[in-house]
Amino acid sequence: MSVGVTLATTRRILSQLRHDHRTVGLIVGVPSLLMILLRYVLDQPGMFDRVGPMLLGVFPLIIMFVVTSVGTLRERSGGTLERLMTMPLGKLDLLLGYALAFGLVSLLQVGVVLALSLTWLDLDLAGPVGVLVAAAVLCALLGVALGLLASAFARTEFQAVQLMPAFVLPQALLCGLFVPRDQMAGWLEAISAVLPLSYAVEAMQQVTQESGVTGTLLADIAVIAGCTLLALGLGAATLRRRTP
Amino acid sequence: MMNSTAADPPPTAVSVRDLRVRRGGRDVLRGIGFDVPRGSVVGLLGPSGCGKTTLIRAIVGVQIVRGGTVTVLGRPAGHPELRRLVGYATQNPAVYTDITVTENLRYFASVLGAPRGDVRRVIDEVGLGRHRDQVAATLSGGQLSRLSLAVALLGRPELLVLDEPTVGLDPLLRQELWELFGELAAGGTTLLVSSHVMDEAARCRRLLLMREGAILADDAPDALRARTGADDLEEVFLRLISQHVEAAS
Ligand SMILES: Nc1ncnc2c1ncn2[C@@H]1O[C@H](COP(=O)(O)OP(=O)(O)OP(=O)(O)O)[C@@H](O)[C@H]1O
Ligand SMILES: [Mg+2]
Repeated sequence: MSVGVTLATTRRILSQLRHDHRTVGLIVGVPSLLMILLRYVLDQPGMFDRVGPMLLGVFPLIIMFVVTSVGTLRERSGGTLERLMTMPLGKLDLLLGYALAFGLVSLLQVGVVLALSLTWLDLDLAGPVGVLVAAAVLCALLGVALGLLASAFARTEFQAVQLMPAFVLPQALLCGLFVPRDQMAGWLEAISAVLPLSYAVEAMQQVTQESGVTGTLLADIAVIAGCTLLALGLGAATLRRRTP
Repeated sequence: MMNSTAADPPPTAVSVRDLRVRRGGRDVLRGIGFDVPRGSVVGLLGPSGCGKTTLIRAIVGVQIVRGGTVTVLGRPAGHPELRRLVGYATQNPAVYTDITVTENLRYFASVLGAPRGDVRRVIDEVGLGRHRDQVAATLSGGQLSRLSLAVALLGRPELLVLDEPTVGLDPLLRQELWELFGELAAGGTTLLVSSHVMDEAARCRRLLLMREGAILADDAPDALRARTGADDLEEVFLRLISQHVEAAS
């Protein structure tokens, strides 16, 4: 592992994004638009205060999942991964480079959506804003790590895009966004307890409803961070220098 | 006995013995063996699908092999120390098409730990000076493959493995690139260059002629001409194949 190579990789991914204004626009614009829609669809301040922050964790996760899985798949199919694998680049350099680049992008994304929510949309937060941002960025990093892992199971861009519903939608259904987890059937709740998105949503709930940093919140953050590291480790294991 | 130092490099850059590779359920390389002497340009020729890219992938250490040994600069292929010493250009240009020529080269130079000035040097060597700030996706096919070649030249590797670097280039550019290859070899670099084009073969010190996963001939162009009694290398290749087929039947 080398810090220099990791940072060079981050810089390269950011310059790829700099040449692709439309993707950056979509990364920031889509969740903003959805948040505005949500505010006026729900049209009750209490309801928006409950659901809004949860989406602040779910959006970055989903979007970063798609962007990273397609991005790494392009490295595989375009031959740049094969080329990098003949160079002094550690697998973790590549994965951390991706995580850092998209972590920075998610900071921009979360910042814009949160600013919009707190001003125009009148979102009411009980807890500190900084913790909410940190939790949301952590969700984005989880999305990056899952996307890197998922791309190992896709041969084509079509498959990669299909993996998003497969990886993310069951989690979104079970994470407590639609139905609180303790009101689900026992077996569904048990499944939801092993899915990382459930902890992301719980963390968001904690920040919105409790004024301080609670033990539950810290536990949630630890689970999300642990899942991120696990997914990155598994992702590194699926990257092979030698292929058939 | 492998106590080779920088002052005393082993005389062969690449040494392959009984290499066998299976891909997609078929034997693609069937027990290949040859040596590439240091500081020379060796051409790897053969019809499409004969296994040139597979052999090259085995040499740069990204191909899963069934058996045999591949030794590169005194170390087994794929050894971590080789990652700075071997430059590889894949058959299809492997660069990031959504960033500029310079951005691509800067990135790969950082990964290799190559000096900063290398970016400018390799841009000049492949003649992309006027396109340095152009996004790679907008380069012509030949320009894109020269960018991919430029990446392989970063850090002045001791061994350059180039998979069809001159495809899609006009005769003038091909001439220039072969002159560059000659200069590099004169400076001590070893080059293994695959090609479809037989007239390029004449510029190599040695030729490896492949067919269906086996080496048909491994010799200097003149020796091959003498052996087959043909002047034109295309003809040499055809005669070697028919000799081979006769010998087999
Ligand atoms: N990923 C793969 N899976 C299965 N078979 C493969 C794979 N890649 C190549 N092959 C097969 O291996 C054989 C050798 O392929 P290779 O790419 O080495 O040929 P080549 O000599 O480089 O051809 P060309 O001159 O057209 O580039 C071919 O028959 C090809 O169909
Ligand atoms: Mg080939």
